Amino acid sequence: MRNVFLFIRRHFNFLFFLVLQIIALSFLFRFNKFHEAAFLNVSTEITGRFYQRYNNIEYYFQLKKTNESLVQENLQLRQQLKDNYEAPDSVRRLIHDTLKVDSHTVIKYLIMEAKVVNNTTSQQANYLTIHRGFAQGVRPNMGVTGPQGIVGSVVNVSKNFATVQSMLHYQFKQVAKLKHNNETGTIEWDGVSPLYVTLKNIPKSVKVTIGDTVVTTQLSSIFPANLMIGTITDIVPDNSSSFYTLRVRPATNFGTIEYVYVIDNLQYDEQKLLEDSTRKKTQ
Amino acid sequence: MSELLKNTIRFILFILVQVFILFKMPPLHRFVAPYLYYLFILWLPFSLSRMSITFIGFFFGLCLDYFTKTPGLHAAACTLIAYVRPFVIGLLISQEGADKNYVSPSIVSMGWAPYATYVLVLTLLHHSYLVLLQWMGFGSFVFFLGKVIASTAVSLLLVLLTELLFFRKQKFRTNTI
Repeated sequence: MRNVFLFIRRHFNFLFFLVLQIIALSFLFRFNKFHEAAFLNVSTEITGRFYQRYNNIEYYFQLKKTNESLVQENLQLRQQLKDNYEAPDSVRRLIHDTLKVDSHTVIKYLIMEAKVVNNTTSQQANYLTIHRGFAQGVRPNMGVTGPQGIVGSVVNVSKNFATVQSMLHYQFKQVAKLKHNNETGTIEWDGVSPLYVTLKNIPKSVKVTIGDTVVTTQLSSIFPANLMIGTITDIVPDNSSSFYTLRVRPATNFGTIEYVYVIDNLQYDEQKLLEDSTRKKTQ
Repeated sequence: MSELLKNTIRFILFILVQVFILFKMPPLHRFVAPYLYYLFILWLPFSLSRMSITFIGFFFGLCLDYFTKTPGLHAAACTLIAYVRPFVIGLLISQEGADKNYVSPSIVSMGWAPYATYVLVLTLLHHSYLVLLQWMGFGSFVFFLGKVIASTAVSLLLVLLTELLFFRKQKFRTNTI
C-alpha cells in the first residue's frame, strides 16, 4: 500500500496529465455519439451571448445581402398567390383552399423564424447558433431551412439559443430526391469545399443531367417535401459502382446566412414512437 | 502590471481572436486552419509548477471548445503541449539559470534559435494531436499529413507576426536586488 502511495507521489504530474487527457477524450467521443456533453447546455447559453454581441455588429455589414434574399423569397411566394392564377372556366372553378386548418386536413409543420448569431464554414464540423431555444419551442431534431434552401438540423438546445448541425458537417446525412423523376438518394458532405455537397445512392439506370434540381422528400421525418437543396454541378466518374456520385451546389450561401426558419414537425414524436415499437417487435 | 492580471487578459484576448477572427476567416483550402490561441500556453511564466501549467492548458482548451462545439478536442491538444512544455524548455535553455532570471519564454530570454525550436516543436505537437483526433472521425492519411503541414506553416507565420507586433520586453532579474 505504501508503495502505491509512493508511486502516485512520484509520478503525480504524469498521472494528473493522464487524467485530464481521459476527461478531454471522453468529452469528445461522448459528444460525437450523442451530441451531448458535460455543461454543454449552460455553455451554449453563455457562448450564445458572446455570439449575439458579435452578431449585432456584424449584422450591419450583411444587411444588403439579407435584404436581397428576403425580397427574392417574397417574390417567389407572391408568384404562388391564388389571385395570380386565372381559371379558364368561370362556372366550374377549382378552388384551392389555402387554409390548412379545417376538418379534413391537419397541420403537420409549424415554422418559426430565427436569427443566426454564429456560423462557421471553415471547420470540418460546422455548426450554426440560432437565437431561439426551448423557451421558444425549439427541440433537437428539427429541420432548419434558409430563404434559399435547407441549412441543417437542430442538435442541441438551451433556454434561448440552439445549435444547428450545418449541412457542412461530416456527420450530416439527409434523404433527398431529384425533382424531375423523384429518385431518392442521400446528401452528405465530404469536408473538402464549403461550396459543394455530395449526393449519393442514385442508381446509374436513372438519367441525370448537370443542372438538375435536388429537393427534400417526404421520406425525411424533419423536412416537408420539395424544399430546395441545390443543383447538380458535376457527375464524378466512378466506374466501379452502380450508383452515381453527384456534386451538388447548395442553394444556401452558407457564408452570408442571417435568418433561418426552424421547422417543427408536429407528428414527429408519433412517427418515431411507431417506428421504434415496430423495430422492437421484429427483433 | 502583475503577471496574473496580464495572463488573464491574454487568456480572454487569445480566445476572442481565435473564435471571432481566425475561425471566421473564409477558408483558403481545406488543409489550412490558422491557429494562434495556443501561443498563450507558450507564453506562460517559467515559475508555474508542472501541475498547474497542465491544468491551465486543459481549462484554456476547454473554454475554446465550448465556442466551437467540440468539447475535449482542443482541451486534449492543449493539455499535451502544456505537459510537454517544461521538458522542451529544460532541453533548450542555453543560458545558465535563464528560467530564474527571466519571467517567461521569449526571444530575449531564450535566444532566437532555441525559442524558434521551442515554438516549432510545440506547434507541430499541438497540430499533429489535434488533426489526429479529427482524422479519427473521417478523412484519409493525405488529409492528416497535408493538414498538419499546411496548418503548422500558417500558424508559424502567425506566431512570427505576433512576436514582431507585440514584442515583449523582459527585464533581467537577479536575486541581489
